[in-house]
Amino acid sequence: MIQHTSEQRPLVQMRQVQKFFGDFQALKDIDLDIQAGEVVVVIGPSGSGKSTLCRTINRLETIDSGEILIDGEKLPEEGARLAKLRSDVGMVFQSFNLFAHKTILENVTLGPMKVRRLPAAKAKEEAMALLERVGVAHQAQKYPAQLSGGQQQRVAIARALAMKPKVMLFDEPTSALDPEMINEVLDVMVTLAKEGMTMVVVTHEMGFARKAANRVVFMADGQIVEVAEPEEFFTNPQSARAKDFLSKILTH
Amino acid sequence: MDIFDLSGLFLSGAWGTLRLFLLALVGSLALGTLLAAMRVSPTPVLRGAAATYVTVVRNTPLTLVMFFCAFGLPILDIQFASDRGLNSFFYASLALSAYTACFVAETLRSGIAAIPVGQAEAARAIGLSFRQTLSLIVLPQAFRTVIPPLGSVVIAMLKNTSIASAFNNRELISAMRSGIEIRGDMVITILIATALIYLVLALGLGRIFDLLERKLVILR
Ligand SMILES: Nc1ncnc2c1ncn2[C@@H]1O[C@H](COP(=O)(O)OP(=O)(O)OP(=O)(O)O)[C@@H](O)[C@H]1O
Ligand SMILES: [Mg+2]
Repeated sequence: MIQHTSEQRPLVQMRQVQKFFGDFQALKDIDLDIQAGEVVVVIGPSGSGKSTLCRTINRLETIDSGEILIDGEKLPEEGARLAKLRSDVGMVFQSFNLFAHKTILENVTLGPMKVRRLPAAKAKEEAMALLERVGVAHQAQKYPAQLSGGQQQRVAIARALAMKPKVMLFDEPTSALDPEMINEVLDVMVTLAKEGMTMVVVTHEMGFARKAANRVVFMADGQIVEVAEPEEFFTNPQSARAKDFLSKILTH
Repeated sequence: MDIFDLSGLFLSGAWGTLRLFLLALVGSLALGTLLAAMRVSPTPVLRGAAATYVTVVRNTPLTLVMFFCAFGLPILDIQFASDRGLNSFFYASLALSAYTACFVAETLRSGIAAIPVGQAEAARAIGLSFRQTLSLIVLPQAFRTVIPPLGSVVIAMLKNTSIASAFNNRELISAMRSGIEIRGDMVITILIATALIYLVLALGLGRIFDLLERKLVILR
């Protein structure tokens, strides 16, 4: 299931990435390698740069120095090559961001038809299979606003998967959801992880991290402070920042 | 000349107005959309060019824009047809399009600003180009959100076609003037009839925009 390239190079490589918003440094000296099939959970206090890190990987956010490689290829600056690379990197947002004027089915078929040039019938067939997989196939003809948050987020996952991405980025995919809908989305993500999808997941859901993650990356003030296996990180954090952070989220 | 001939005069006048209006509608929507797209493009030169165009043309009286087209273009040897009347028609349509496009662009820009940026990011994230994101995701939704104000712009343009009467165009106002010359005894009737025809056309347009608004509403 996991496709190993012959030389086993990481699927995502971040080298000395620096990112500024004006004078404010949002990412400092980020070095991170993500192997094919690996699931990395990114955790950290608000404003620590988790979203920014996620968004630099498909260049929704540009970086000021350093480099990012996807499957060995440096992220292009702009234009058609960047679009091509982005199509290989799926992204799921906190606020779903489904296309409001398109049906659920059209949301999922748009990318394959317009970017991959798939014929409509083929795109529809694949989209329906994906919608079936995330459990919203019977809603295919509805519009996003007619679905619950949990359903919308599952559609957003299907939309990203329709591009057959090499890696999937999730930026707090369950933070905007009512509690009773969180698990339906996490279940889809756990299944995806089990099937060998390479994933970067910004989340505070420790259950997910324990169940599905290979590594937890803890960030604070734009830096990666600690990297550990989930169980190790949650039970025995090394840095003072991580201890402090965990004590705060665990008391809730 | 009896009432029958007068109504024939008005009918051809109304057709002249409608013809001008339809060509300028297509022209102004096309140019206005292009200008709005340029204003949100990542290329500073395009943004600047569109902003300058809108600022300059929007603040020029339409009559002056018509003068530029009707008297400036012939000097530059730009002609659209060998027939003088037809040529005047194209000059007036061009002037109306160029002028109204500014208002279409500004209206559309406010519509673009109303679309959540997350949708454009999601579009780019699946690999759509800037042009595809704009034409498939942003503009279709922007158009739908600005249908009511766009209706006002289009109705204003309908009334602005009347300025073309001063530039060798056969439309409602020129028909009205001929009518008054021929039947000086019916001035009030002719004025009211002219106003009524504009009213009917404008109300019809308003109705079309109402229907469009209801049909194309986006659930949020
Ligand atoms: N577009 C922007 N312009 C200026 N500052 C920004 C921008 N985006 C993010 N920042 C700043 O960069 C820092 C990191 O933001 P980021 O959104 O990556 O944090 P985060 O870890 O995802 O936080 P949260 O848990 O609240 O989502 C914050 O201090 C934020 O204010
Ligand atoms: Mg964030």
